[in-house]
Amino acid sequence: MNTCEHREVWILGEQRGGRILSVTHELLTRGRALADLRAASLCVVLCTGPIDEACLRDLVERGADRVVAIEAIELMHFDCERSAACLMELIKERDPEIFIAAATTTGRTLMPYLAVRANTGLTADCTGLEIDSQTGLLLQTRPAIGGNVMATIKTPSHRPQMATVRPRSTAPATRVSGRPGVIERRTPTENALKSRVRRTGFIPREESHDIAEADRIVCVGRGVRKADGVGRIRVFAERLGAAVGGTRDAVDRGWLSYPHQIGLSGKTVSPSLYVALGVSGAIQHIAGMQTAGTIVAVNTDPTPGSSDLPISASLAICSKRCRPSSKRSRPVPRR
Amino acid sequence: MRCIVPIKQVPETNSVKMDEKTGTMIRDGVETIINPLDLYALEAAFRLRDQRGGEVIALSMGPPKAVLALREAIAMGADRAVLLSDKAFAGADTWATSRVLAAAVQKLGLDENALIICGERAVDGDTGQTGPALASWLDLPVVTYVSRIDDTAVDMAGSNPGSCRLKRLTEDGYELLEMQLPGVITVIKEIASPRLPTLRGKQRARAAEIPCWGRIELALPAECLGLAGSPTRVVSLARPRVSRTCEKIVAPDAATMRGAAAKLAEFLNRRHLV
Repeated sequence: MNTCEHREVWILGEQRGGRILSVTHELLTRGRALADLRAASLCVVLCTGPIDEACLRDLVERGADRVVAIEAIELMHFDCERSAACLMELIKERDPEIFIAAATTTGRTLMPYLAVRANTGLTADCTGLEIDSQTGLLLQTRPAIGGNVMATIKTPSHRPQMATVRPRSTAPATRVSGRPGVIERRTPTENALKSRVRRTGFIPREESHDIAEADRIVCVGRGVRKADGVGRIRVFAERLGAAVGGTRDAVDRGWLSYPHQIGLSGKTVSPSLYVALGVSGAIQHIAGMQTAGTIVAVNTDPTPGSSDLPISASLAICSKRCRPSSKRSRPVPRR
Repeated sequence: MRCIVPIKQVPETNSVKMDEKTGTMIRDGVETIINPLDLYALEAAFRLRDQRGGEVIALSMGPPKAVLALREAIAMGADRAVLLSDKAFAGADTWATSRVLAAAVQKLGLDENALIICGERAVDGDTGQTGPALASWLDLPVVTYVSRIDDTAVDMAGSNPGSCRLKRLTEDGYELLEMQLPGVITVIKEIASPRLPTLRGKQRARAAEIPCWGRIELALPAECLGLAGSPTRVVSLARPRVSRTCEKIVAPDAATMRGAAAKLAEFLNRRHLV
């Protein structure tokens, strides 16, 4: 069992093709703060195929006290059963106090599977993590009920305290060259590499921009009126260096595919700039984008009645004529 | 093929009230619907059954009135349904919920042609944890964010019986996977367009007998159920008002539009966004 000196805060590292993803750097920021408050060491655990020492060293330089790379060819691509089995062996051995992962397709799948194995609680998609100064417990804050409420949740008596964290909800940790830390490579047991799922292929995403990770998003709403308006918006978005997203209406009309849907039944995004074009701002949509830095809304409706977006936006342009023909033909000048 | 689809009844409106003491939702007196994302799970199950026979069983854990969601599932095409309801289940987090669902699935029985199909997440709780957690309790494989179920693998009895081919949406593309059955999947909207209830289905739903299983029927120990059995606790609730100081530019005609565009450019410049 852990004594005070060996208290550990874990974060789940994610890699693709042997390269660490930036969500892991965000987790390092979160994890470092929590570990310092708990006087614990920060440990990155990573299921991976063969990986370069430099990649692991980079995690140390970004704040990890220890990096445990569980290495096997079978772990090159995410596999829920294998990852859960490997991590379960490690959890039993090291008994971490806190274990956080990014709320990615990997984290959202692995963590609930693992939490049941580890017999502990899990809070999804947190936007805030703090330590309760009195009890030392992890306070996990997440939007609930479509973002209308922020719920703070704790896991009083089960360990580890597990949470997934919304990507892009914090800044990635920066490197401090020469920062010391331990790197440990482990080979999983044969038993842990059993899986009933086999990967047979992969179709890379066509568009270069995943809206969930985009720093700038132009969002298409029903107010755009026609599919051909979307073409002009794509041009506008490209000039702005933005990804194109849409409301449920825009997706249901076939203007955009489902991976572009933003809102309660689509993706949650948090770009630094969000430009909403013809978006009324239904609460289900707001739930998926309200943490954006700057929100610009362009709409025909000057009175925020049914729509929340103009009032919650940072800037709103209201025009009877704000269809792509009048507005989007004059894209923002770039410096 | 046996498809089991756990569904959740959720409030229709977003004006949900919260119990400030327990931090759980007050569900009384609010119009309810089937969680919209569960409709895709039901549709995926109907299509599998329509192609290769078998049955679709809808499950729902909730208060007694969750039976309405199950009747609707039958009206849409489910062959039968089971309600999982007990006062002891109230206030469950995803750990405790998935435990009850797992017990119900075990009671129904699983063979090598069984597939549990879940929605991606519920739009009220919004965690997406119940599907993978259910798989873990049952010690089954799980594939999340499934956008297509390839029937050929399951259909061609010769090729690989007891498995199915799946297409899974991730951040950078689609994974093609083969999962051994029985197993659990969670599906996304791309999988199919949900059908509407039919008149005949509605008649069937009205007449359908929906058994209710509680703690006793599922032989579950009380201490692992509901709020008391949940590892997580809601400590506090806050209502953040995302109040942004909004600048508004009104541009009623083409002439003012030009000025508005200039102001927008200036605004973005000021914030170093362009």
